[in-house]
Amino acid sequence: MSKKWMWGIPLWILALAFLAPFAWMISTALKPDVDAYKIPMQWIPNPFQWDNFTTVLTGATSVLPAFGRSIFVAVLRVAGELITATMAGYAFARMSFKGRDKLFLLYLATAIIPAQLLLVPRFIYFQKLGLYDTLWALILPGMFTVLGTFLMRQFFISQPAEFAEAARMDGANEWRVFTRIYLPLATPVMSALGILAFVWSWNDYETPLVLISNPDRYTLPLSLTNFVDEQGQIAPGLTMAASVISIVPVLIVFVVLQRRFIAAMTHTGIK
Amino acid sequence: MATAAVATASRVRTEKAPGIKPRGWIGFLFIAPNLLGVIAFTLIPLISVVVLAFTDWNLVSGLGGITFNGIDNFVAIARDPGFWHAIGLTLVYVVVSVPLTVVLGLALGIALNRPLPGRAVLRAIFFLPYIVNVVAIGMTWLMLMNPKAGLVNQVLDAFGIQPGWFASSHWALPALIVMAIWGGVGYCSLIYLSALQDAPRQLYEAADIDGASAWAKFRVITWPSLLPTTIFLLVTLIIGASQGFGLIALITAGGPGDSTTTISYYMYQTGFQFYRFGYASAIGLVTFVGVLVLTLLTWRAQRGRALNE
Repeated sequence: MSKKWMWGIPLWILALAFLAPFAWMISTALKPDVDAYKIPMQWIPNPFQWDNFTTVLTGATSVLPAFGRSIFVAVLRVAGELITATMAGYAFARMSFKGRDKLFLLYLATAIIPAQLLLVPRFIYFQKLGLYDTLWALILPGMFTVLGTFLMRQFFISQPAEFAEAARMDGANEWRVFTRIYLPLATPVMSALGILAFVWSWNDYETPLVLISNPDRYTLPLSLTNFVDEQGQIAPGLTMAASVISIVPVLIVFVVLQRRFIAAMTHTGIK
Repeated sequence: MATAAVATASRVRTEKAPGIKPRGWIGFLFIAPNLLGVIAFTLIPLISVVVLAFTDWNLVSGLGGITFNGIDNFVAIARDPGFWHAIGLTLVYVVVSVPLTVVLGLALGIALNRPLPGRAVLRAIFFLPYIVNVVAIGMTWLMLMNPKAGLVNQVLDAFGIQPGWFASSHWALPALIVMAIWGGVGYCSLIYLSALQDAPRQLYEAADIDGASAWAKFRVITWPSLLPTTIFLLVTLIIGASQGFGLIALITAGGPGDSTTTISYYMYQTGFQFYRFGYASAIGLVTFVGVLVLTLLTWRAQRGRALNE
């Protein structure tokens, strides 16, 4: 047996053990609840049934509206963050104006503040602004981020300044220099930032837990907690079917853009 | 989010944006949309949390009910057994889960750096828990760790142990630690993997010529070259482990009893269940400063060791 397989076999066994919770999730979603805790564990559902998915998608407590809200929140956050962070990051890196470096230091100082610390003031503040219990409480802070600005600044600073100088000599204005010369170069970084912003928004549970109270405005992670019976016990099949649905969009992004996805995650360490 | 900034901050400061001819206010216009949003949604809340930490205020008394009470909150924190209990639990949680995650992540990263059948798929599998939302993960593990019929105890039955997991005040914290390791190992391995690919190849070749053992090569070449990555991961995981309350709010609500009331959950509880905003802000502030000091110490200790070697 080759050395490749000597390492490969134990690692694959470990990988399958790692996947067990996901396999359990899918298996449980596809069987009646009475079989969920069968001893020994029954991996292949028998009877096999799609009922849980049908209920979760079309029943009275359908997750589809929450799914739609999560998409709405994520799209606006991603678009907003990409636009504002790209412009600001570019200006911090490639433009010069009074107080730029002091302002940037302020940005640096703000960036180390954990989001959890800001939840209490945001809770009060959003109530005053009338944004509490609306999706805007989730969207607005995500559209203007210090971190996105950092990432974009880091990229633009690595790009040669001569491009801009040459274009300015030819009479291009600042906006043109930005949109025609530097922006096209930034596509890979912008897509990395976009992926991060999307996953971050899609998976966020703590912010809506605090800032959203009306179940009609739940985003997807909150709505996964809806499936309980009269005794408050979790309904395994429905909860797992909804969980599978909640993973699909991130999984698609992950599979399609795997290289860029991993690069984005490993270079910034964000969750 | 905070982690990345800490890591970026040290890098950013050393670079300089080369001076370009001043164009006055135009650059400011580019920054304005972001800046206004940051002021409105980050800076103002940040100032508020500092101010609130010096007040006695709860939801019931309304905005007019705010009274400044100086450092009373901080004195109360120092005497609050609940706070110290939470700090102790958090320390246990961090000290057990973070090093284990990093060490296992390193081993996995080294293993995944070899030629393997289906290597790309393997990497993706270990990374998977990291991209899934905490509710889907929490709900699944809650059922997997069902003390009577869950899959985990079915497996452990072979070894004759049947932990009560989330139903037991002794096992609830270990259960969270198991989940944290499962969720974080793949992430660490990927970070290590990208660092390993930059490892100094000539040094390994030279070591091979000298007939160095695998362990010697790891100790002398691999480990030192991975040190910055290790520090980054330690800092990231320490901050993550001490700030998150989502999983605890979802699964245990701090219990059974107060056996999983970590400091972040304690703050969440104080703020959003008892609506003691002033006290919750003070707890948040103290925790933040504590974590900051802890991460700076980690940074410095590791860096000092790196210089000595």
